[in-house]
Amino acid sequence: MKIVEFSNFSFSYDNGNYILKDMNFYVEEGWCVLVAGKSGCGKSTLLRCINGLIPKYYKGRYEGEVLVDGVRVIDYSMSELSKKVGTLFQNPDHQLFMFSVEREIAFGLENLGLDPSDIKDRVEWALDFLNLKDLAKRAPYELSEGQKQRVALASILVMRPKIILLDEPTSLLDPKTSLQLVNLLRNLKEKLKVTLIIAEHKLELFSPIADRLLVVHDGSIKAYHRVKEVLKNPSISSYGVSLPPLAQLSLFIEGFKEPSLTIDEMMKELRRFFNDRVS
Amino acid sequence: MIEFHNVSFIYPNGFKALDEINLKIREGDLLALVGENGSGKTTLIKHLNGLLKPTQGKVFIFGRDTKELTVAEVSRYVGIVFQNSDSQLFSETVEDEIAFGLRNFGFSEEDINLRINFALRLFELEIYRKKSPFLLSGGEKKRLCMACILAWDPRFIVLDEPTVGQDFLEKEKLIQMIDLLRRKGKGIVIASHDIEFLWKLQPKMVVMKNGRIIAYSSAEEIFSNSSILDQSNLIPPQLVELSKHLSTKAFQTIEQAKEWIKKRVNV
Ligand SMILES: Nc1ncnc2c1ncn2[C@@H]1O[C@H](COP(=O)(O)OP(=O)(O)OP(=O)(O)O)[C@@H](O)[C@H]1O
Ligand SMILES: Nc1ncnc2c1ncn2[C@@H]1O[C@H](COP(=O)(O)OP(=O)(O)O)[C@@H](O)[C@H]1O
Ligand SMILES: [Mg+2]
Ligand SMILES: [Mg+2]
Repeated sequence: MKIVEFSNFSFSYDNGNYILKDMNFYVEEGWCVLVAGKSGCGKSTLLRCINGLIPKYYKGRYEGEVLVDGVRVIDYSMSELSKKVGTLFQNPDHQLFMFSVEREIAFGLENLGLDPSDIKDRVEWALDFLNLKDLAKRAPYELSEGQKQRVALASILVMRPKIILLDEPTSLLDPKTSLQLVNLLRNLKEKLKVTLIIAEHKLELFSPIADRLLVVHDGSIKAYHRVKEVLKNPSISSYGVSLPPLAQLSLFIEGFKEPSLTIDEMMKELRRFFNDRVS
Repeated sequence: MIEFHNVSFIYPNGFKALDEINLKIREGDLLALVGENGSGKTTLIKHLNGLLKPTQGKVFIFGRDTKELTVAEVSRYVGIVFQNSDSQLFSETVEDEIAFGLRNFGFSEEDINLRINFALRLFELEIYRKKSPFLLSGGEKKRLCMACILAWDPRFIVLDEPTVGQDFLEKEKLIQMIDLLRRKGKGIVIASHDIEFLWKLQPKMVVMKNGRIIAYSSAEEIFSNSSILDQSNLIPPQLVELSKHLSTKAFQTIEQAKEWIKKRVNV
């Protein structure tokens, strides 16, 4: 089922240049889609078109349509849409406003009018999952940036949205926490069929869970395919998409069928490669 | 030179974020602060221009105690780009943002113009000259913050998470720029979680945990020390991981890895 669909969609802020131009693509339910491209190419803008901030809060020229779960974004009320779509913003300050971490995480649930014991369970789960237990009573504005990011993420996860948009989610997280995030997202995807759309530069981290890589350049889609398929095309780096070091290396070795993204893949290919040469 | 003598810092809510820090940073140094979320990197950085003053111990900048200096005085010599760009931007237009610092430091209007042009070009922001900083993308804001600092040419340049929002080409350019600045004798301090970026930079690394410095060494030594990596939520860069699997010395560049493979195949 198509859970998100852009058809003949264009957008420009305040009637300036088109940031997104005649976009046509869709996302199947349960997919994980990475969105990549140069800084300023429109990744955050694209996410805002899915969570409704465009056109509700950001005005401009809006043409064509964006469908979420079969319904046009403009036909949803913000509260209906935000039940379906959770967003982790690029700057966590934009979504934290309560006086304690635990209240922050509970806030959205309280608004939904959930049972207090259910709320408590979900908050506990999130605190545990994101390693926030020690910080539960602290004020979000007194945390480090990475800690804030984790709080923001917790408050989205407890809402259990069908679609989660993440705008450069690891830019503030330490490397191990970033890996944990990837594993957590893998779980959400596999167990709960959550659809994930992630603007991200670190492909080496997310490509293992990604079904598709969407490359945006000058407002239009330059590629939308399986990650390895996209990375095979050498011109992709001119769109600001980084080939992870192992992928770069594997493209150099003749006889590799596809670029390696993980160490395990690389070693397997290398072993085969050496064996072929030696025998 | 910037010196930390037994510096501890406690936030007003009672949280001890720095614990007995001793550190010397010289002009020409390239230093990376790494460590898990909340380990104290940003707090340390805020001591570099006197924005925060130690609860205990002293920070000296060119021999002067930061307690006796204003942030404005220190900033002329120590330019900091903070982790959160939004907290650093306040002007109506991109060019005003860059001009602000320059006017404060008393540059002539003519010089200011030259410097704005230089900084905008350096970070590819010319087309946004008249735009509001708040309407830039995340990566563009970050580059604007860097442009502001470099425009007044401080002796120390401090970047808290400079690669946030930057694509691969921007990161490559940033690496070249940092290299150039270092060769010009600038002292550079970078806090970053971006291990692939750090591996390319090959800085001296300061590893922090719970407000303490738990290691100070080359990138190669830090990334091959599994106990340090474990303690500080770090993971090795892909090339280090690969060379470990191949039981060879860490590849610093992809070229080195290619050479190694070529040799193995030819003999
Ligand atoms: N304003 C504040 N009031 C109280 N405690 C704070 C404040 N800012 C930070 N802290 C705490 O001080 C510790 C160090 O924070 P700091 O921001 O220096 O970490 P960091 O190493 O920069 O982390 P990150 O990688 O997430 O940016 C953290 O535990 C944090 O919760
Ligand atoms: N609110 C806004 N008003 C006007 N222009 C904007 C606004 N937000 C972003 N832009 C511009 O739109 C372009 C795309 O921005 P964005 O989607 O944030 O890029 P990305 O997330 O890919 O880095 C950039 O050139 C940016 O300057
Ligand atoms: Mg963005
Ligand atoms: Mg920080």
